[in-house]
Amino acid sequence: MSATLRVCALYPELMNIYADRGNIAVLRARCEWRGLGFELGASSLGEALDSCAHDLFYMGGGQDRDQAAVAKDMVATKRDALHRANERGAVVLGVCGGYQLLGHNYRAGDDEIPGVGLVDLHTVRGEGERLIGNCAIETDLGTGPRVIAGFENHGGRTYLGAGERPLGRVLSGHGNNGDDGFEGVLRGNVIGTYLHGPLLPKNVWLADRLIELALEVELRPLDDRMEEAAHASARRAAGV
Amino acid sequence: MLRAWQAMARGVRRLSRAAGRGGGTTLPGRMLLRAQPRALERMARELDRGSVLISATNGKTTMAAMVAAVLREAGQPVVHNRAGSNMAWGVATALLDAKRGSDQLGLFEVDEAWLPAVARAVRPRTYLLANLFRDQLDRYGELELIADRWAELVAEDAGRARFVLNADDPLVADLGRGQDGVVYFGIDDDSQALAELGHAADSKRCRNCGTPYVYRTILLGHMGHYRCPGCGRERPPPEVAARAVELKGMSGARFTICTPQGELEAELPVPGLYNVYNAVAATALALELGVSLEDVRAGLSGFGGAFGRVETIEVGSRPVSILLVKNPAGANEVLRTLTLEDGQLDLWIALNDGIADGRDVSWIWDVDFEVLAGHVRRVSCSGTRAEEMALRLKYAGIEAQPQVDRDLARSLDAAVAAGADGAGTLYALPTYTALIELRELLARRGLAGRWAD
Repeated sequence: MSATLRVCALYPELMNIYADRGNIAVLRARCEWRGLGFELGASSLGEALDSCAHDLFYMGGGQDRDQAAVAKDMVATKRDALHRANERGAVVLGVCGGYQLLGHNYRAGDDEIPGVGLVDLHTVRGEGERLIGNCAIETDLGTGPRVIAGFENHGGRTYLGAGERPLGRVLSGHGNNGDDGFEGVLRGNVIGTYLHGPLLPKNVWLADRLIELALEVELRPLDDRMEEAAHASARRAAGV
Repeated sequence: MLRAWQAMARGVRRLSRAAGRGGGTTLPGRMLLRAQPRALERMARELDRGSVLISATNGKTTMAAMVAAVLREAGQPVVHNRAGSNMAWGVATALLDAKRGSDQLGLFEVDEAWLPAVARAVRPRTYLLANLFRDQLDRYGELELIADRWAELVAEDAGRARFVLNADDPLVADLGRGQDGVVYFGIDDDSQALAELGHAADSKRCRNCGTPYVYRTILLGHMGHYRCPGCGRERPPPEVAARAVELKGMSGARFTICTPQGELEAELPVPGLYNVYNAVAATALALELGVSLEDVRAGLSGFGGAFGRVETIEVGSRPVSILLVKNPAGANEVLRTLTLEDGQLDLWIALNDGIADGRDVSWIWDVDFEVLAGHVRRVSCSGTRAEEMALRLKYAGIEAQPQVDRDLARSLDAAVAAGADGAGTLYALPTYTALIELRELLARRGLAGRWAD
């Protein structure tokens, strides 16, 4: 039986600042090359979300003004559906601004932007410089330690609650807040990270792992020589 | 003291040119500004005809070169940072040639993030602000931030300076609303319309009320004929507009420019709709400076391209056409133009991640390389992030297997040799620092001058 990966891009026309469509393109190609189906849906401002209609929810980063509008809308129209989807095991991947909105809130001075609270974390706009640069982390998504390489560019500092697990340990770069040496968040099938670049073309092993988690299948390997060379290039840029 | 430092900076420029260390376009200005922070302001006052500043994400160097070509026809002496060194020190280096009493006009392209600082020192008589696209987020930050800083600057200089603005770019057009001394330019030709907004389009919502714009015509990225259904803001009618545009592949474009002074039939020897925009912008600025239509026509028709923007150089026995790519909007236009060529293309793409390129190479995933599928015979990828460029092509469905070699010279030679059997032009698409490296390489071989001058 051939399965179909049903992806929902959240606010794709607003939350796409770091070439986020690269992540979608990689998911699509790697499903299709294996004979798996791929469906791409979207849900944007004012649109309800069907928690059962998708296996993987994706949200990227946006400009500040767009992100504030998205946050309010997401709490109003999508929070409950995302919680239900998460409970039945759907994968939720938030990158950069999309990662910040998975937590409780984002505070910048007196302004507070709400999050959907899928994970116990909060973000504050730091006093200092934006955290920018190539970044590499070590993570384990149930298949042993692996490296994720990417590029981070964020003014917010993210702090995880006591019981929350980071996605990985920073090998090179700033990570969640530039202080504690950790990056991202991982709880069940919810993953948040600051690494874009986009994320999945630089780390196709992660793309495959997400497909496996979303569909509960085991994937056959592909000819990944070019993908591995690109991953090595991104790691080299991060000095890892 | 300023004079002594200027003399020293001129000396450094001479030595640096003689030693072949780049074109000496930044170091002299950098030294000068460190020693004399107000040098820019004081040197700009030496210009009898004042200054014009040109800024945009895409086309700065080309627009400035077009205006320079037109002013040459008009016999107007200029001081011009023509090699594209467009931060404060690049302008300072160019200003070393400013001399009171010689009827000079300052013609400066300025980096969009540096525009406010340079403008506050130079105090231009006229601004040409042409477009804002997503570019190097690691360096510039978000587009909205740049737009906010430009808006502050325009408000500050209103009444003192004149503004030549692109009516088709909503972010830029907004700068002129309610201001005096504004001239709008644009393209009035629905036949060049795109089917839909690109996925990387940046300014899809009205800055005034947040409602998504409705487009009657989309011409390039987010530029076109738009209207906000929320508050009714719409594209202002342009006083200087291109009509009846005919694109002739890589060989150029033909179009009519309608102006308050009359119509002008333009024959442009550089390709693509983006260069039509550059030409209309240059025309609007030149007319604003009092140049005649005839001088504009002559300047544009003799325009040979700017530094690394559509230059063709013979390497071995093969023509290599160099087209700078540096951000999604610009790269998309280059690709759109390439696909107009007949037959299969040979491409050489060099992706660097230097500071001037943006350390973040994400942007290649916002470029529609997909349009090249079915058009590529051979492709080589080079530069510091060559492997990632090659991967982008794989996911864009380009059938040709990329030849990957980070070493620029080796990669270029192999690409030239692979098509030496009469395959025609090799199209070289370097990012900014790769372009500089390429120029150095070709100059060392005696095939090209190092700099545009």
